[in-house]
Amino acid sequence: MATDSMVHGTDTTADGNLWDGGKPPFKASYGKLMMWYFLLSDAFTFSGFLIAYGALRFSMPTWPVPDFVFSTAPFGVHHAPLIFVTFMSFLLIVSSVTMVRAVQEGHRENLRGVVFWMFLTILGGAGFLGCQAWEWNNLIGVEHMTVTTNPFGTHIESGVYLEGDGHDIKEGDTFEAGDTYLIHQHGGDWEQLKFKTSGGEIKQQEFGPKAFGALFFFITGFHGFHVLSGVAFLLIIMINAASGLYVKRKNGYEMVEKIGLYWHFVDLVWVFVFLVFYLL
Amino acid sequence: MAQDYNKAKRGVYMGLLLLGAVTLVEVFLSLFGKGYIISGVESSKILFAVVGIGLVVLSLYKAYFIVYEFMHMGHEVKGLRASVLLPMLLLVWAIIAFFQEGGSWGDRRALIEEKDKIEKEDTGKPTGMLLHDPQTKKLQ
Repeated sequence: MATDSMVHGTDTTADGNLWDGGKPPFKASYGKLMMWYFLLSDAFTFSGFLIAYGALRFSMPTWPVPDFVFSTAPFGVHHAPLIFVTFMSFLLIVSSVTMVRAVQEGHRENLRGVVFWMFLTILGGAGFLGCQAWEWNNLIGVEHMTVTTNPFGTHIESGVYLEGDGHDIKEGDTFEAGDTYLIHQHGGDWEQLKFKTSGGEIKQQEFGPKAFGALFFFITGFHGFHVLSGVAFLLIIMINAASGLYVKRKNGYEMVEKIGLYWHFVDLVWVFVFLVFYLL
Repeated sequence: MAQDYNKAKRGVYMGLLLLGAVTLVEVFLSLFGKGYIISGVESSKILFAVVGIGLVVLSLYKAYFIVYEFMHMGHEVKGLRASVLLPMLLLVWAIIAFFQEGGSWGDRRALIEEKDKIEKEDTGKPTGMLLHDPQTKKLQ
């Protein structure tokens, strides 16, 4: 290190000190570097939300079981735990891969390739948003979960139902501690079923932890908003690329690379949203 | 040049297969841990922990793959890599601290509910956290 400081200031050869200016020490353009730092700050935002989810989940005696809550899929599919969200994850992974292809074609200055693969990426992102819209619609419109109401309760002891709800639960059905149930609405009123616990007490279904709905809509909504803005920017950059704007810049379609970083980050965040909300 | 391109292209599709396979394993593991594949195993505490750790490790692996291969972090300069990735280590403490805090909230809520029950059964004496004897001024 001592030799370094001696050389500093006197050495006028091209190799001089990297940090003297004139060339990027990280060998990345300003735009790309700042995209990385933006993603770092965004990662902290998402981490804050997910850690809050963990803290609240640990503070509750019961928590809705995700493979019960997320077991519905379009076209009348029920009791298919996690199948629909797995499909959503695949959509994002595939769109991430098509994005890598777009960046590769950009490095070869292949305009048609860039536009084609970006178009597929946009389709994947839009498909994901469509799936999420269906999921939200199902939770809000059909199952009546909102930011402040969580009809997904969980039994703390085993027992037997004394009445049925006209859906999945019939009179005489038994349940174990840890089983999650959905309280249904009939004519706008909640129908909290009565049951007899193994200890002989008669109780009724209670609502689940309120925080569940708020956390779910806030975190998946925040992620969905990232996807939405990602799709918007992909669209803008795809149109720019198609118009030949980036051909003139002769920098290997760096703009595509930058939006690519953002798009992969959206996929990266989904890995963790998928982990904490659906898998664990 | 063309060979490099073909190699990179193949790498990308291998990445797709890898991420897809890891996701499928994760879903399988999660459902297995909840007793969907072999019923009855979900009551085991050890299995619950193993499945949880397995899922976290697989997700971290997916994250590593996306950052290093798809986002080309592996090809960046060491300084750039360090300046983006090292700050993430702050999260280690955030996770430990907030999960501890969450557990404490739960314990306190349980304690308060327990105390509420005691108060209902009480025989008309004054209640509260600190009870002083009116004569001796000592804590009871």
